Amino acid sequence: MKNRVIGIVLVALVVLACSKSDDSNSGNGGGTNDTFNRAAMLTNIADNIIIPAYEDFSTDLNGLVTAKDNFVATPNQSNLDALRSSWYNAYKTWQYLEMFNIGKAEEIQYSFKMNVYPTNTSDIESNIASGTYDLLNVNNNDAVGFPAVDYMLYGVASDDAAILTTYASANYKNYLSDVVDQMQSLTNTVYTDWTSSYRNTFVASTQNTATSAVNKLVNDFIFYYEKGLRANKIGIPAGVFSSTALPSKVEALYREDISKTLALEALQAVQDVFNGVAYNGSASGESYKTYLETLNKSELANLINSRFNTAKQKLQGLNANLKTQVTTDNTKMTEAYDALQLAVVSLKVDMLQAFNVSVDYVDADGD
Amino acid sequence: MNWKLNTYLTKTTSAAPLAVFRIGFGLMMCYGMVRYWLKGWIETVYITPKYHFKYYGFEWVKTLGDYTYILFFICGIAALLVAIGYKYKYAIIAFFLSFTYIELMEKATYLNHYYFISILSFLMIFLPAERYFSVDAYQQKKQYAIVPNWAIDSIKLLLGIVYVYAGLAKLNSDWLFKAMPLKIWLPSKYDLPLIGETLMQQNWFHYAMSWSGMFYDLLIPFFLLYRKTRAVAFFFVVFFHVFTRVLFPIGMFPFVMIVSALIFFDSGFHHKIIEYIKKGVSKISELKPIETIPFYTTKHKSIILPMLGLFFVLQLTIPFRYLVYPNELFWTEEGFRFSWRVMLMEKMGYANFKIVDSKTGTFFYVDNTDFLTPLQEKQMSFQPDFILEYAHYLGDHFTSQGHENVEVYVKSFVALNGRLSQPFVNEDVNLYAEKESFKPKHWILPFNDEIKGL
Repeated sequence: MKNRVIGIVLVALVVLACSKSDDSNSGNGGGTNDTFNRAAMLTNIADNIIIPAYEDFSTDLNGLVTAKDNFVATPNQSNLDALRSSWYNAYKTWQYLEMFNIGKAEEIQYSFKMNVYPTNTSDIESNIASGTYDLLNVNNNDAVGFPAVDYMLYGVASDDAAILTTYASANYKNYLSDVVDQMQSLTNTVYTDWTSSYRNTFVASTQNTATSAVNKLVNDFIFYYEKGLRANKIGIPAGVFSSTALPSKVEALYREDISKTLALEALQAVQDVFNGVAYNGSASGESYKTYLETLNKSELANLINSRFNTAKQKLQGLNANLKTQVTTDNTKMTEAYDALQLAVVSLKVDMLQAFNVSVDYVDADGD
Repeated sequence: MNWKLNTYLTKTTSAAPLAVFRIGFGLMMCYGMVRYWLKGWIETVYITPKYHFKYYGFEWVKTLGDYTYILFFICGIAALLVAIGYKYKYAIIAFFLSFTYIELMEKATYLNHYYFISILSFLMIFLPAERYFSVDAYQQKKQYAIVPNWAIDSIKLLLGIVYVYAGLAKLNSDWLFKAMPLKIWLPSKYDLPLIGETLMQQNWFHYAMSWSGMFYDLLIPFFLLYRKTRAVAFFFVVFFHVFTRVLFPIGMFPFVMIVSALIFFDSGFHHKIIEYIKKGVSKISELKPIETIPFYTTKHKSIILPMLGLFFVLQLTIPFRYLVYPNELFWTEEGFRFSWRVMLMEKMGYANFKIVDSKTGTFFYVDNTDFLTPLQEKQMSFQPDFILEYAHYLGDHFTSQGHENVEVYVKSFVALNGRLSQPFVNEDVNLYAEKESFKPKHWILPFNDEIKGL
């Protein structure tokens, strides 16, 4: 008897529930089936974005090393110009890679050895003076990578003639050489890992756990956008986190006229990953955007793109040298920051809620 | 009526269920303390943070630094003593105080089931749970086989309140007609074996889970009370809680509820458990037979009973306090806690604080990670009382750093149950000048939607 009663209740529940489901697809936030293929998304991001970008970057760094070798052998103006131009090319490509702090890159703290700025010139000078240093040491993270080379090529003396004179010194040559060589070897380590084994591990890691590639990638993506791009490139120099503006915290401080370009490249890189656009070309594949669309959240995907576009326009309106922008008209700089900030909200609140990823930084019981 | 109540209060029943409950509760709490310690959460939750969120009225509660470990140690030992029934009254009081103190130290870790443990252990102070099959009883060489009915019924009533109120809270349009938040949560379990890519992705399944969850909560206490449905109901208790444990990171709570639900079974079942434990114990030391006195009379009955009456009146009314607040409960969370609103909504936020010098107009933004742990920041970002408390902390901090004429503003956005995020707090209100109180918070912006229901 009791079994029959419970059976009836259960059947009633199921009927009730099913009858409710018919008219619900149009409901608010009514994602239906999460049939999204996460492996396809990871494959697209790995094969069409990350690995091609590493390939390009690796070529850039080979060029940088060659240009550096020439310059160290013969420190003249034309070799300096060639070296600077290789450095700039590589720096732009780097903007497409900094956000992928995953796998080997995370293990060896790659991005902390490539682009910590402002660089610490007194550490650099004391390293040069002593001639003995361990560039892989954490304490030297702010004395290596692109910002250190920026200083070595533009800031080490007052003008080009003086800079060339500086490189008469073997210690300066050695330091420049060692820093550039380390950038190349670190990059090769990460790139080789991607092409040899990590790519397959990466695309297979689709579980919803704190350590899976799919979740780490989205967490890293948002973290990079918020910290590496929004705060480091725009917010901190504009003084939004301090009582006064800090113009000398811009990226490429010594080169001066490329900080806007680098920020725009970084934003483009972020938007391309969001939309799944290939590094070489304009073809697009599975991405956060199509993931949101599968969840019936095209409205949110469009909002995120429009917020990226607004931020891009704001950035384009800035001086090529963000340091000049901060000192002449910081309002434009903070407006650009505010535009970038709006996308943080969409990514961090709305997109994360839609994906409901297990976040890697909160470890506690829930209710 | 009064006569009926008096008759009820003189009813008696076997002491065995209460003794088994005491043992189960004590052991699980002891394990809970050990688990918390081993996970390293004492460090990350109570010691590492620079700042701790406090409950309104309990700002005086101090964190203890490394001594927090001692507090957890005391709490774990007290739980163990409760289990074996040694110096029970002192043990359960020590457990209640230490556990509650731990919870009061950090509001960001609020969970309904911690609150449940606190009030349950408070209730147990007044119950004769050590009168049967306990070390106390063996030491006094006498035990009581029969206890007042109300002692066991009060635990059943508390469990019933938890379930029924959790069910009532689900009677809202988001839960029933949008299957929210399960529609967000369940599909993300795509990597579960077998059901992950299939059931978890089905629209009808989200609705089925929402509706059956609601019916389960509302009805399960009654099916447990009724002898004929009890066994099947208990099967559902086990199934439901194990299933939620698989789906959600809810720690020990499911097991606490499963073990607690055993109290609904009659004494024969509990005697079997006790016999089983006795066999285990007698392998270690021989249990000397002691005198069993049939009936236990409650001391201080005139204090304890009105006290329990008041306790339950409060338990029944506190969850409804939200009715005196004008705005949407899910949005403002005024009256949300301590009401068995369990796993009821998916809410995320982002709060960006701005420190302004009111004289010069200069300002800067705060990097929350400078002050808060990720857990604290997450909780702070969508709960108004946290936002206000943190604004005051920031105001005090920057004033003490030498900043002048400090005002604190916040730009914040909150997304509730899959709706697009909306501005949450009025960004033109200087929160540093706002005081915490039980009054409605005028600086919370209106919720641009409606959630119907209780």
